[in-house]
Amino acid sequence: MLLLLLPLVAVLVPEFYNYRSPAIGGMPFFYWYQLAWVAGVAVCTWIVYAATRNSR
Amino acid sequence: MIPPFNALEFGIVVAMFAIVTVLGFMATRWKRATSLASIEEWGLGGRRFGTWVTWFLIGGDLYTAYTFVAVPALLFGTGATGFFAVPYTIAVFPLVMFAAARMWSVCHEHGYATAAEFVRGRQGSTVLALLVAITGIVATIPYIALQLTGIKAVIEVMGIGGDWPLWIAFIALAAYTWTSGLRAPALIAFVKDILIYVMILVAAIYIPYKLGGYDVIFHRTDTALAAKGLNTLLTGSQYLGYSTLALGSALALFLYPHAVTGVLASRSRETVKKNMSLLPAYSLMLGFIALLGYMAIAAHVKPVGGTAKAPDSTTIVPVLFNSQFPHWFAGIAFGAIVIGALVPAAIMGISAANTFARDIYQPYFRRSASDREQGLVSQIVSVVLKLGAVAVIVSLKPSFAIEFQLIGGVIVIQILPAVVLGLWTRWYHRWALVAGWVAGMGLSIYMLWVTSSKTAAHFGSASFAFKTWGFDTKMTIWTGIVGLIANLVVSTVLTLVLGRLPRGRDETSPADYEVAGEPAAVGPMEAPGAV
Repeated sequence: MLLLLLPLVAVLVPEFYNYRSPAIGGMPFFYWYQLAWVAGVAVCTWIVYAATRNSR
Repeated sequence: MIPPFNALEFGIVVAMFAIVTVLGFMATRWKRATSLASIEEWGLGGRRFGTWVTWFLIGGDLYTAYTFVAVPALLFGTGATGFFAVPYTIAVFPLVMFAAARMWSVCHEHGYATAAEFVRGRQGSTVLALLVAITGIVATIPYIALQLTGIKAVIEVMGIGGDWPLWIAFIALAAYTWTSGLRAPALIAFVKDILIYVMILVAAIYIPYKLGGYDVIFHRTDTALAAKGLNTLLTGSQYLGYSTLALGSALALFLYPHAVTGVLASRSRETVKKNMSLLPAYSLMLGFIALLGYMAIAAHVKPVGGTAKAPDSTTIVPVLFNSQFPHWFAGIAFGAIVIGALVPAAIMGISAANTFARDIYQPYFRRSASDREQGLVSQIVSVVLKLGAVAVIVSLKPSFAIEFQLIGGVIVIQILPAVVLGLWTRWYHRWALVAGWVAGMGLSIYMLWVTSSKTAAHFGSASFAFKTWGFDTKMTIWTGIVGLIANLVVSTVLTLVLGRLPRGRDETSPADYEVAGEPAAVGPMEAPGAV
């Protein structure tokens, strides 16, 4: 279940990511970091789903 | 200033609209049931939707005209704060994964079609169920209205005056929802999403390419925002507002009747859980759509409509497309926005109507109402609700509707203790939950009332400034969170006080929350893990 908390903390605490650099392709860190967590949350929820599939 | 009318764009949008309308009527025959005359079939598609259909349905449900019209408009107008939509749609899936799964199981087991019905069964309180039902319906109407705002923005940018296109959209929408129920938006959602993905893929590559790259976009945006005292990063005093807005919106999202409908219409508990890890794909799209707001700034887009003092910023995305794309592609993009608004509007209308028929009409007006009669009431109410939404849009300023919608989240989150906590525990006393709702709702409404904006003296924004209460800070907080805390405190304290008073009858049993719903045999039930 900690795996579900990880993305929550990662995106709900702006102190972690409210920076301009490093930028990727001109996109400030603030923006690509949060977009990257979209993939992060998909992975986390998928692992939890797979792990709880047969033992509800 | 009204942009020039373009026949090609108009023709493409009309053609796309026509195709979707035909699809809507054809949906009656999809996953066919013997009769659609019940809420089970008309309003929940027979609870037979598999992973893919559920993905498209919930996706079409949650990522609405609000996403592709209002969110970019927010970035356009306020800078970094508008990006809250991205952490919001990331946070929502881990938060609701297990709650949604338990909700699905218990509703499947007892045939509940709405959150209010679950509350009535679980807490044994008709008063609490009624409050949950009314809250859901009230919060949904402005949301439907907002979908129509999206359509209106497109119409305005195409250079068509008057409200008649809205009425035509309304009539078509009402007609196929009437005949096909939830099957119509579920089927149309396929078309909608494919269109939106194509549109966004092209927009996220083509527009930056034309403007000279994200470098140039952010550079120009920085300069433009700085002139207004804004920034593409958050300032220290915005942190709390940003995270509470994201967290609160995430908590509120799955309490809306249309989100509950999306969950309940799926075939099994596993379908629900699997979708929580598949749905974030939409958030990536949302992120790039949000950035269209900056692209609009960089491309020097001027919103059309509204007044000179308060221009209608919801039009910036259509204007951007109009100025950057060739007309034929702009037409497709406009069609995508229109269809993207129709799908959620249909689902919302159906869900709110189900709630009315099941939780207000049946228990309070006609206890003996048959399935067929409830289905019919639901059909009629769904038309009435949409009519109300059109009336709201035609008679009020669109900017007002967006404020309305933000307030919808503040309102709907007050049913969280009754619905979500109820999924795990019966510790809370039913009357304590009622009192908590009253306290939370009262405080929220009061806080909204004293919040003014440039255009409105009251209900100006869902972000509450601590300054209002005399604190010397520029910090803001999402109003709903404060109301929710008050709600929880009152519910908890009163439960301790009322502990001995008789409790309502609980018709559910612990195992009901774990039901898998698939034909395959299930192993021994285990205690649920904490989330």
